[in-house]
Amino acid sequence: MAKVTFNTERCKGCGLCIPVCPKQIISLDTSAFNAKGYHVAGVKEMDKCIGCASCARMCPDVVITVEK
Amino acid sequence: MAVVFEKTKMLTDTPFHYCPGCTHGIIHRLVAECVEELGMQNQCVGVAPVGCAVFAYNYFNCDMMEAAHGRAPAVATGCKRVHPENLVFTYQGDGDLASIGCAEITHAATRGEKITAVFINNAIYGMTGGQMAPTSLPGQVTTTSPYGRDVNSAGYPIRMSEMLATLNGPAYIARVSVHDVPHIIQAKKAIKKAFEYQLAGKGFSMVEVLSTCPTNWGMTPQDALKWLVDNMIPYYPLGVMKDIGTEKEGE
Repeated sequence: MAKVTFNTERCKGCGLCIPVCPKQIISLDTSAFNAKGYHVAGVKEMDKCIGCASCARMCPDVVITVEK
Repeated sequence: MAVVFEKTKMLTDTPFHYCPGCTHGIIHRLVAECVEELGMQNQCVGVAPVGCAVFAYNYFNCDMMEAAHGRAPAVATGCKRVHPENLVFTYQGDGDLASIGCAEITHAATRGEKITAVFINNAIYGMTGGQMAPTSLPGQVTTTSPYGRDVNSAGYPIRMSEMLATLNGPAYIARVSVHDVPHIIQAKKAIKKAFEYQLAGKGFSMVEVLSTCPTNWGMTPQDALKWLVDNMIPYYPLGVMKDIGTEKEGE
């Protein structure tokens, strides 16, 4: 069981975390904006997360915390 | 649940001002994590450049100094000589290090100053609006080379790592990239090794990191990473250019 949390106010919606996820569970939430005006990244199916932290290592804005 | 990955305490909580998808943020994190892992949080001084990373002093949670354009190695030299027990690094872009600061970095390297330069090469001037840099590739379209860089009039891009590796002063010079997770891990190892060489008093060390500029290259962040792999790595090959730890006696 692993969990990722996104510090959404730091996210700029660049999407670099999306293709590096081996489980392809990260997507941009196009229904909402953060205070900076970006669509932020998030995970809908958290039970599929394996806690590899690839997304966190790729993120240029240090948005992601990974727990396992 | 145990924390596998979190933001290092060597970075402040200030959000980066960089454009979305700019890899400066990744490199900031790698430098900060290396300092933390070496236990030098309280004995570290960074020197910020002029360029996109001019506000680096807001992000690193250690003593930071701002240098005049290109003069970060000179400031770092003074800092290291006065406080030789400190870990001193400069964080410079290609406009700062390879253009206006070419003399400072060359002489700091040949003097074997025990400092570490983190050199961000994104083949363009980012902050000023995407002008041609000394590192812009032949044929690369920038705002000052709208028909592509013409090597007959603008000359050829400069390979700083190879150039500095010919000098006797440097102990460690490597070129790395941050276009995917395995290369990010490699880049962190190179930066850590450069810091370790400095702390061991072996001499000057520099890590050149190939970086992207999605905004001024006019691409999405993902396309910019691909452009880096397809265009920059063939001209700027990755690898260790100099490592006195692996050289034989008398070489």
